[in-house]
Order: sequence, then C-alpha cells, then structure tokens
Amino acid sequence: MSSDTATSTGPVPTVFVPSSEALATVLAPSTRPPRPSPLSASLTFSWRALLKIKHVPEQLFDVTAFPIIMVLMFTYLFGGALADSPRDYLQFFLPGIMVTSVVMITMYTGVGLNTDIEKGVFDRFRTLPVWRPAALVGMIVGDVLRYVLAALVILTVGLVLGFRPDGGVPGVLAGIGLLVVFSFAFSWVWTFFGLVLRSEKSVMGASMMVLFPLTFLSNVFVDPSTMPGWLQAFVKANPITHLVSSVRAAMAGTTDASAMMWIVLWSAAFIVVFGTLTMYRYNRR
Amino acid sequence: MSRRTTGPAIEAEGLTRSFGETRALAGLDLKVPAGAVYGLLGPNGAGKTTAVRVLATLLRPDGGQARVFGHDVVAAADAVRARVSLTGQYASVDEDLTGVENLVLLGRLLGLTKSAARQRAEQLLAAFGLTEAAGRQVKKYSGGMRRRVDIAASILNTPDLLFLDEPTTGLDPRSRNQVWEIVRAVVAHGTTVLLTTQYLDEADKLASRIAVVDHGRVIAEGSPGELKSSVGSGTVHLRLRDADQRPEAERLLQATLGGPVQVEADAVAITARVGGDGSELDASAQAARALGELSRAGIMVDDFSLGQPSLDEVFLALTDRPAVPVTDERDELEAAR
Ligand SMILES: Nc1ncnc2c1ncn2[C@@H]1O[C@H](COP(=O)(O)OP(=O)(O)OP(=O)(O)O)[C@@H](O)[C@H]1O
Ligand SMILES: [Mg+2]
Repeated sequence: MSSDTATSTGPVPTVFVPSSEALATVLAPSTRPPRPSPLSASLTFSWRALLKIKHVPEQLFDVTAFPIIMVLMFTYLFGGALADSPRDYLQFFLPGIMVTSVVMITMYTGVGLNTDIEKGVFDRFRTLPVWRPAALVGMIVGDVLRYVLAALVILTVGLVLGFRPDGGVPGVLAGIGLLVVFSFAFSWVWTFFGLVLRSEKSVMGASMMVLFPLTFLSNVFVDPSTMPGWLQAFVKANPITHLVSSVRAAMAGTTDASAMMWIVLWSAAFIVVFGTLTMYRYNRR
Repeated sequence: MSRRTTGPAIEAEGLTRSFGETRALAGLDLKVPAGAVYGLLGPNGAGKTTAVRVLATLLRPDGGQARVFGHDVVAAADAVRARVSLTGQYASVDEDLTGVENLVLLGRLLGLTKSAARQRAEQLLAAFGLTEAAGRQVKKYSGGMRRRVDIAASILNTPDLLFLDEPTTGLDPRSRNQVWEIVRAVVAHGTTVLLTTQYLDEADKLASRIAVVDHGRVIAEGSPGELKSSVGSGTVHLRLRDADQRPEAERLLQATLGGPVQVEADAVAITARVGGDGSELDASAQAARALGELSRAGIMVDDFSLGQPSLDEVFLALTDRPAVPVTDERDELEAAR
C-alpha cells in the first residue's frame, strides 16, 4: 500500500502483511479488568481533551485572542464615556468582561460535542461499559482548563492596562474560582444543545441567542440603576448579574453573600436540570 | 478457550425503527449463531447501519426486540456493552489523536492500568503493522491504516461479538485483503463477527451465513451456497464477436434457458441464468443447447463460461433489480419474492 508508507520516515517501504502469529498473540483471550470507577473514566476522558489541545493548539485561539479583543475594545470604547478614564472604568469593568468572555467561551463545549458526535468516535464511547456521563464530564473538565486560561489572559491584559484589584491575589483567585465553578455548571446547557441540535452552525446560532441577552442585559457594562424598571427586573434575575457581583466583590476583597448564594443555586440548578436532560438525550440518540 | 458459545450471539425479532418518514427498519428478524462471520448484505439505504446501531445499543428500536448473548439490547444495555464492540461505517477513533493515544485511551476506559494499556496498545499496533505510524495523528493515516487502527481498537478487549459496519468500503484491493485476513483471524479466536457489506463477493468469501437486507427487512437468509442454489443452478457468461448480434443472442438465450438474461455494460457481454424453466436437463446440457442455438443462428461466441450465480445475481433474482441504490418505492411483497 504505497499511501501507507509514502509519508513515513522508514528507509524501506514495507507492505503490511497480517501475520497469523502476531494476530494470535493479540487475540488470545485475557481476563478482563474490572471497569474503571466513574472518577477514573472521567479523568481519562479529560486526558483526551488535553491531547486534543496538544494536537490542535489553534483551538486555544478562542480562549486567548477573543478575550483580549473584548477587553481592549470595551475598555476604550466605553471607558471614556462611562467613567472618567479607561483606567477608572477598568476597575469596575474588568471582572465583568472576564465573566462575559469566559461564559461566552462555554458555548464551544456544545459546538465541540456536536462535531465530535458527527465524527463517530462517540459511537465507540457509547458502546463502552463505563459510567455514562464520564465522556461528557471529562470533556467539560478539559474545557474548564480553557476557562482558566481565558481568565488568566484577561487578568494579565487588565493588569497591564492598569487594573489594580483591592482583593489582592486571594481575592482574584477566589473570583476566578467562582467563575470557573459557574462555567462548569453552565456548560451542561451547551452539552444539551450540542446533542439536540443538528449542526455545529445551529449550535452556534442558538448559543448566541442565549448568550447575547444574558451577558449584555446584566450589570457587566453599566450599573443597572440607570435602566428602565422592566429591564432592571430582568437584569436582577439574570444569573450573570449575580456572578459578576460576586466576582467583583471577591476581587475587591469583600463578599457579596446574597449574590454568592444565587450563584450556588443557579450552578446546582444547571447541573441538575441540564445534566439530566443531557444524559437523557445522550442515552437515547 | 473461555468463550461461552452456547446459544445464538444475536436474536432479533420484528425490529422497527423510523427516522421521520423513512422506515429504516421495517420488521427485521435475525438469528446469528455464535462463533462465525455473519454477513448482512444490502444496497445503500437498506438499513444495515441502523440494524447494527440498534444491536450495539446505540439506537433504541421503535418496536420489536433484540438480545445479544441473551441480554436485551434496551433493558440490559450495559451487559451487552460489556461483550460487544463496534467499528462503525465512519471512523470510530479520534482522528485528532495518534494511533497509540487512541488505543491507550480505550485501554484505560476498559479498566487497564496505564502501563498495561500502553503495552496492549503497542502489541496491537505491532500486530496490525502500525508501529511506525503509532505516533502520527490518525487523520494522516491512509484509508487502510485507519480501518486497521479502528479494528485494533475494537478488539482491544477481545469482545465476544464484533460489529463491522462496511469495513472495506472505499479500500483498495490490497487493504481489503488485509482486513479480510484480520477478520478471519478474529473469528478463528472465537469472536463472533457481524459484518455488513454492499459487496457480494465479500459476504461470499467471509461469511458462513448471510442475510440479504432490503428496505429494512431480511428478504433472504442462508449460507452463501444455499442462497445461490435457491436462484438457479448456474449462470452462463458470454462474450460475442459482434456487438450488433447481441439483441438476437439475448432473445435466443431467453428462449432456450428460460431464466433472466442480463446485458452487461460491455457491449459484447451477456449473462444468463440457467435452469429457470424447470427443465429436466442439467445446467451444462442446457448451456450446450443454448450454445448450439446461437451457432445455428450464426452468432459468433468468443468466450463462454458456466459458473455459479454471483450474489449480485442472487440479489437481482430476489428483488428483480440489481443491488444499486434505489429511488423508487416498490411493493414490499413483490420485493420479498
Ligand atoms: N439518523 C438518521 N436520520 C434520518 N434518516 C436516517 C438516519 N439514519 C438512517 N436514515 C435513513 O434510514 C435508511 C437506512 O439507513 P442505513 O444507514 O441504515 O442504511 P445502510 O444500509 O447502512 O446504507 P449504506 O450502505 O449507505 O450505509 C436510509 O434511507 C437513511 O437515509
Ligand atoms: Mg450503512
């Protein structure tokens, strides 16, 4: 088979001839090991996600370039108008844009799952006798690394532009921690979308329909007290608002207990509701 | 050998499954004995992949039931999964990962330790002639190598039942032969193989029993030999000197042999089935009589052979149409005849 060897580095192109002895060795029945624990299976699947990042590093473009553009664009676009200077605005705005960027990136979980399933490798995963959610949990754990990376990129850009959080290192870490926990939970919305919708494009489209109102109709860019009453009602119920409040508080070295409670509730709700819906679809495809 | 071979590997009764208006499975019955290659033969859209997906627990049937080694594919899906593996029609390995990474990943998911998974992966890659390509991404593999790594992944845990969905579609003849060799070795070691194919010669060569599937149901079942003899005793293949004489030759063959006559793409070639008229004569005598008729009519024959009908002809006889994609809807009863 010339195409087999055309790209190989071996000096002598050889044709594979199945040898019955070699096949006999690999086909000899062996005792089957016990199935892996849910944790071990999930970790194995997250190893797969890491390998994919290693082989396709371009996919990190979404989590690096996009957040940088967001920070720069909004800081200089709104900074002068909404605060005295971009630098002042940044103190208020950076936690918000960090939340917006990372939450927007979560939608790639759905897109990725959709393309993965399209390709057929999930057929094999779904015929394995492992804990069923492991493939998806592992995938999302891999995505969490991307969220952390995006948050760190934004933090770095912010620090360069003059962001000086009062909470110091512990406050910033707590803020990023909250954001990552929420994003993990929120990703289950997209796994459901990724399973239900037909194409990568429709997953993207649907995600945007959800994400734009959710991130913009919040307290990310401006203080809600300047908004009309009906809009305030939506903004106050929006989980992104609570998330931004608690991340802002953490980075400023304080705690917003009620916002934090809402975030815990929302996160739990996303996992329970969309995790269940996702697994239902996953099992029934 | 520790394999349990009592009872059939697969029993399916009246499986149905629709996708919108399309009835992919329309009451499929199947009984696959353990320990051999069973061929599921049918044209594009016959429902082969759908059947495999239902039996491999990937898809729920709308109706009917199926058991794999006695376990219900819906109610006891996990028990089924513990004993089967699947190489799908499209790559069921991760193309972004390397060959060795794919196999280690699966080994870990099947419960092997890191070092055992690594060892198993290397052993499999060596046996499948992929050692050199082990560190390359699967998307850079040739079609034949891709198939091999896919099958290697499927036998990582030496399953009791292996589903191979069109394992040689799109492969060159040499790669196809390699896959055939592997399939034979897998079966020789006690794994039952359910193989789907559109290639009649593939089912003929590999399978000890074949189910011919069309429009989501089995229209014929048996050993390759049984299927052939159910059609007729033999087939004559003729090549004429002069293409202009073909219509006349066609008419004469129809009259003397009584079976269906097929003109080939080659303008001088004709294929005719012998023994369709219930005549007492055996196939060779009938063929000789037909040759005599042709020569009396002044038709010159350059090449003549009498052979068993191919499975292509079997399909033609079963459905009254060749085994090619169908667009027209036809009466199911008529098709089943
Ligand atoms: N997921 C799906 N959604 C909609 N229609 C489907 C789906 N899967 C299969 N079908 C339809 O069901 C019918 C049977 O398809 P199936 O894939 O089982 O055939 P097949 O015998 O495997 O064909 P091929 O040789 O082309 O692989 C076809 O008409 C196909 O279009
Ligand atoms: Mg198919």
